Amino acid sequence: MTESLLSVEGLEAWYDESHILHGMNFTVGKGEIVTLLGRNGAGKTTTMRSIMGLVRKRTGSVRFGAVETIGLSANQIARAGIAFCPEERGIFSSLTVKENLMLPPVVAEGGMSVERVYELFPILKARGASQGTKLSGGEQQMLAIARILRTGAHLLLLDEPTEGLAPVIVEQIGQIIEKLKEEGFTILLVEQNFRFAEAVGDRHHIVEHGQVIDSFERHEVEANREKITGYLGV
Amino acid sequence: MSQSNPHSAGELSHLADEESEHRTPLLADLRLWAVIGIAFLLIAPHFIYPVMIAKVLCFALFAAAFNLLLGFAGLLSFGHAAFFGFSAYVTGYCLQTLGFTAELGILAGTATGALLGLLIGALAIRRQGIYFAMITLALSQMVYFVCLQAPFTGGEDGLQGVPRRPLFGVVDMTSNINVYYLVLAIFCFGIFIIYRTVHSPFGQVLKSIRENEDRAISLGYDADRYKLLAFVLSAALAGLAGSTKVMIFQLASLTDVQWQMSGEVVLMAVLGGIGTMLGPILGATIIITLQNELAQIGSLTTIVQGAVFVVCVLLFRRGIVGELSHRWNRWRGRSDETTGEEPRTASKG
Repeated sequence: MTESLLSVEGLEAWYDESHILHGMNFTVGKGEIVTLLGRNGAGKTTTMRSIMGLVRKRTGSVRFGAVETIGLSANQIARAGIAFCPEERGIFSSLTVKENLMLPPVVAEGGMSVERVYELFPILKARGASQGTKLSGGEQQMLAIARILRTGAHLLLLDEPTEGLAPVIVEQIGQIIEKLKEEGFTILLVEQNFRFAEAVGDRHHIVEHGQVIDSFERHEVEANREKITGYLGV
Repeated sequence: MSQSNPHSAGELSHLADEESEHRTPLLADLRLWAVIGIAFLLIAPHFIYPVMIAKVLCFALFAAAFNLLLGFAGLLSFGHAAFFGFSAYVTGYCLQTLGFTAELGILAGTATGALLGLLIGALAIRRQGIYFAMITLALSQMVYFVCLQAPFTGGEDGLQGVPRRPLFGVVDMTSNINVYYLVLAIFCFGIFIIYRTVHSPFGQVLKSIRENEDRAISLGYDADRYKLLAFVLSAALAGLAGSTKVMIFQLASLTDVQWQMSGEVVLMAVLGGIGTMLGPILGATIIITLQNELAQIGSLTTIVQGAVFVVCVLLFRRGIVGELSHRWNRWRGRSDETTGEEPRTASKG
């Protein structure tokens, strides 16, 4: 494994009184695509929201590069260089596609140029003047990913980018994720769709009851297929 | 919210072209309306009593300032009278006792509005929704109490006979018509500031916070700072409107600072259409005209006003301007509207 960019140790999180994460431990190496797999309610999304600082009550350690982020607020974490693409996509309906794209602040140098973003997502250029939420589901997903590429964030947290999309769109999103990896982005991916996850991921962590219960490198997947499908109940 | 789109890429770009063609009329409309409106306002005092139109403009600016906060940042303040009224007192005091020239008096009032906005806003934006409204109401009642008790406000009498001192020390302000043109200039300036704010990157961040605060924060924006800035700007413009009112009526009184005034400005903005540029202006025009025309029937005015409000809320849920622009867009077959009031999306993941 390469030098780690994100390391999560003993991360616990609560929504009000309910204790969701019970000590998550995993690392994401620089330039890797790491997936969190697990059944509904296992705590995958909560893990992402905790890394991002959106869950207020959380303890443990989340180190991003040299920075400990557990005590920072969400906007500070975003400025440190972590970008989050939530499951519900969060496209703003009162802004146009272009405005949605240009909204996130640049947090570091080395983000993608707008031209490059349009090259990857030509549809966004064509639909620039439309209201953000008038796009189709797949296009909205692309916009949600596209707008965090401009900011210079190195680590992308993608929460179920393929949820509810047609197979042909899922395939496109897979290609885009591969391209992002080539360009040096590090990606933490939450997925229900194991086939998709196995196609793009370098490493897979299985999450259950708010803990990582097992991990597999890419080359270990084939030998452990039965075990993994057992964990995921698919 | 999102439907799957059956169009192919080619069709989509064609659609986009069509959209950009459709886009111009609305924009052109707004500019056209601005030109027509200003031209009308320039000649209006020759056939309408200038003090009356000046009053309308003054309240229109107040309502537009309030709408900046409610319509674009999603914050419902129930204490805007504090900025409007207290600034009026400060301007009145500066003109009457300190002998400031007109522009300095108005500047002092505006600065006071901003400062008061900073104080009240810093406390209020920590809470959302109804709690935000209640905090602003409570704090504005404290301002009201200060105005009632402080020695420089004249208590129940208010400040009367505030002199209309010359603008920059040279331009005579004693005639109604001159004051009217000053008010018109201030009004245009204020509306221009609001327009630029709403259409700037800052305005887009505000809209994103209104719609989905968590999302805006996780993109890296400090939502509280943006809300506070919007609050201060809105309070400053409300203060500007209040100061201007002193120039018109030569009077600063408790009416301007009490909670009914906070309610009235909500009424104007909602009636005209929150989140639109023209809505608050139209709303203020309607309310002020009603009040003037119905003055002779006395306390029945509020009943008529209430009835108009109920009818409007039932017929025009987006406010008059909001509803008209919505229907216009629909009639044009253009589903893209970015200024109208949108259903707010829940942000829980």
